[in-house]
Amino acid sequence: MSILKIENLKKSFGKTEVLKDISFEMNEGEVIAILGSSGSGKTTLLRCVNFLEKADEGKIYVDDKLIYDAKTAQKMSAKDQRENQLNFGLVFQSFNLFPQYNVFENVTLAPKLLAKEEKNTAKYAEIDKKAYDILAKVGLSEKLNNYPCELSGGQQQRVSIARALMLDPKVLFFDEPTSALDPELTGEILKVIKSLAAKNTTMIIVTHEIEFAKNVADRIIFMDDGVIAEDGTPAQVIDNPKNERTRLFLQKFNELK
Amino acid sequence: MSSLASMTVPEVILNLLEGFAQNGIIFILTLLFAIPLGLVITFGSMSKWAPLKFLHNFYDNSEKGIAYSLLNFIADFKPVQALTRTFVWIIRGTPLMLQLFIFLYAPGLLFGVPNRDRITAAIIAFVINYAAYFSEIYRAGIENVAKGQYEAGQVLGMTKTQVFFKVVLFQVIKNITPPMSNEVITLVKDTSLVRVIGVTEIIMHAERFTKAGIIWPLFSTGLYFLLFNGILTILLGKLEKKMNYYHN
Ligand SMILES: Nc1ncnc2c1ncn2[C@@H]1O[C@H](COP(=O)(O)OP(=O)(O)OP(=O)(O)O)[C@@H](O)[C@H]1O
Ligand SMILES: [Mg+2]
Repeated sequence: MSILKIENLKKSFGKTEVLKDISFEMNEGEVIAILGSSGSGKTTLLRCVNFLEKADEGKIYVDDKLIYDAKTAQKMSAKDQRENQLNFGLVFQSFNLFPQYNVFENVTLAPKLLAKEEKNTAKYAEIDKKAYDILAKVGLSEKLNNYPCELSGGQQQRVSIARALMLDPKVLFFDEPTSALDPELTGEILKVIKSLAAKNTTMIIVTHEIEFAKNVADRIIFMDDGVIAEDGTPAQVIDNPKNERTRLFLQKFNELK
Repeated sequence: MSSLASMTVPEVILNLLEGFAQNGIIFILTLLFAIPLGLVITFGSMSKWAPLKFLHNFYDNSEKGIAYSLLNFIADFKPVQALTRTFVWIIRGTPLMLQLFIFLYAPGLLFGVPNRDRITAAIIAFVINYAAYFSEIYRAGIENVAKGQYEAGQVLGMTKTQVFFKVVLFQVIKNITPPMSNEVITLVKDTSLVRVIGVTEIIMHAERFTKAGIIWPLFSTGLYFLLFNGILTILLGKLEKKMNYYHN
């Protein structure tokens, strides 16, 4: 049984076809890294799966249950979409923390709103405890009362990872989690992601850090111009790319280094 | 009433204060009604309702040419937005003094019921004028909230309402406080305009003294405005500072 299945996903903006028939499956506990040159559609793919864009065609399944069908997407109720949304977590390149809330409030806001809706405010204590645990795991116990503007980029990104983890997403997505950071700060984020991988967190990570992808991912998907050009183990995709475009992409990266 | 020329200084001050009370009433009522009305206008000017959008289904949207441009224009036409923005343009583009006259005389000219209630006409003109300005400040304040804030809220499973009230609203208030403070201070001074339609505010009171041969009361009215605005500036500055515990 696959935890996530994407079937024939297509997305255009006006005349530009950005995703041209994307299909893949992933298993629970798997870590997939998505590589690909700029403009190949990586962000758009993540945004479509997370309902920030509506795919024009295709289907999305979670645990073999259909949660998105482009044909009926217009009819999906806000309530259903929200429920489906909670299957996923997304960590943005630019963190998108809520600036008026401190670290602890940023992390607990959404779960508490959910608990409140379920008329289960007794759960607040449990949520607080979970927040302390998760923030400790990402090394932010000292910063609970700080506001995002008082944190380094790396710390902000760790808060946003903690915030996503609070809702126990079945699949956690990262869109270039380190590319807004100074090089010396990328390490701390990669470490957190590695520790999540070690605990079998199911993750899809869009990244330009090829070495990291190779180390942490079970599988690498190489995207090119809106299609999946290559999909395999790191050994297959990075060390022995079959596709010409993949080879060129990796070559360019090696030259940069 | 004792003759103006024979009034003692405290009597003059009291007389002017009476006039200033009228300015104060117009100030408070304008804020009270214009702040919410501005929000309604903002929603109108941000309305995306395009009833003819379906026309897009009948032709290729990337087609070039005048006919298609015209078709695109019609299909994308947003009536509520267009109407509201035209209204705001007219109100902001003409003098408030003229609007005072219009709200005083228009009911009589249009419906044959002459408006004798000058204060009501003044307040209506002020509320509408200021609501138009406020609406533009609100709109900028809302549009300046980063798209990522809405997206982060959505991805965390918040409803649109929750995102608005728990995430966006506070940021909007913080964004609009400085420009709103400016408008509020301008409003204090603008209230003296109502005398053009015969509402007896402080400067009109003072002019009576001028006509009776005493000039200093007219100049002294500036102090009332200064004092009132001084207090407002301190209060608004405190509010601004309170929200400055974070920056974006
Ligand atoms: N909202 C949008 N409107 C129009 N075009 C868009 C929009 N979003 C993305 N695109 C276009 O879609 C293409 C793919 O964009 P996308 O952001 O998915 O690429 P990417 O692989 O994430 O690139 P990068 O590595 O630079 O982040 C680009 O050509 C982009 O200009
Ligand atoms: Mg991208």
